[in-house]
Amino acid sequence: MRWLRYLNQWRGTAKEAFEQVSIVAKFLCLIHVTDRYIISSTHVQGPSMLPTLNLTGDVILAEHLSHRFGKIGLGDIVLVRSPTDPTRMVTKRVLGLEGHRLSFSADPLVGDSSISVVVPKGHVWIQGDNLYASTDSRNFGPVPYSLIEGKALLRVWPPRFFGSLR
Amino acid sequence: MHVAENHILEKAILDMGIQTLIWQVTKKAFTGGIIGLTISDRFCSVVPVRGDSMSPTFNPQRDSYLDDYVLVDKFCLKDYKFARGDVVVFSSPSHYKERYIKRIVGIPGEWISSTEDVIRVPEGNCWVEGDNKASSLDSRTFGPVSPLCSPLTHYFFTDSEHSFGVNSRTGHSCRVASSKTTQTWWIKLLEKEKGET
Repeated sequence: MRWLRYLNQWRGTAKEAFEQVSIVAKFLCLIHVTDRYIISSTHVQGPSMLPTLNLTGDVILAEHLSHRFGKIGLGDIVLVRSPTDPTRMVTKRVLGLEGHRLSFSADPLVGDSSISVVVPKGHVWIQGDNLYASTDSRNFGPVPYSLIEGKALLRVWPPRFFGSLR
Repeated sequence: MHVAENHILEKAILDMGIQTLIWQVTKKAFTGGIIGLTISDRFCSVVPVRGDSMSPTFNPQRDSYLDDYVLVDKFCLKDYKFARGDVVVFSSPSHYKERYIKRIVGIPGEWISSTEDVIRVPEGNCWVEGDNKASSLDSRTFGPVSPLCSPLTHYFFTDSEHSFGVNSRTGHSCRVASSKTTQTWWIKLLEKEKGET
């Protein structure tokens, strides 16, 4: 008889605990959906996008809607899953869509030899702005469109560089 | 006069009732949708298998009207560690909206012999092939697949006739539903993979 009473006492607390946990769970799910499907912030660093992005690291806002609707255009800065290491994300600029013919020089330091490629269907050509310090499509070839995960919108940190990326 | 006012009042209350009802329903649907989306992104989701490029593993009967449905596990997307013999779902390199389901036959660094020459699978890519070699559009056509871009893999299968769980990654123990047919299927699959590799 006594344990029945205890059970009743705990039922109220358990119900409340469940409510609180479910609120937290719903909130986390909302964060996940926003981060994956709408807009997210990323910290990018490295020399491959100088002078657009700083060497020491910037925080940029990236949106994840355009690539689902196929609206990635030439000159967009995109977040791409690296084709050589799928656990890493790289930020580069799209310089060629499918069907475009591009020519680039194999070694920008040395200089004159130029290679011409046609971007195959379903792929894009990405390149860093800093040609001398960037491993991009000149090294690993055109990347499949499905590896694109987001398009950079604007830079939010450091504050003096706040603004849209072009 | 009073009757007319009462009618208007009643109508106003009814309208509010319907509005709150609609609001409640939308809220519940929205919450449910978000939770479902999170679960299907992070834990597992169900994917139909079309075509017979993976017979007899999936869709063994050619003219059955029902597709096999596969439970796809998403935990592996944390590390992207795949082994030979895994069945994976990936986006086609030439049509990013289409998703294919095939088996990994070569992991990065291995040499695969195709019709004319021997190809080395580059880092970060995988060589996939369907089980039914005769009718399968796979790496023999479009080359090594870049990191199984997009939602992926691992196979439990539930189909219209029997539901059983098999983890066909070699070396993993699997939780199998207790039924004789299930266990024999698992043993058959394991043997088949051993034979292949």
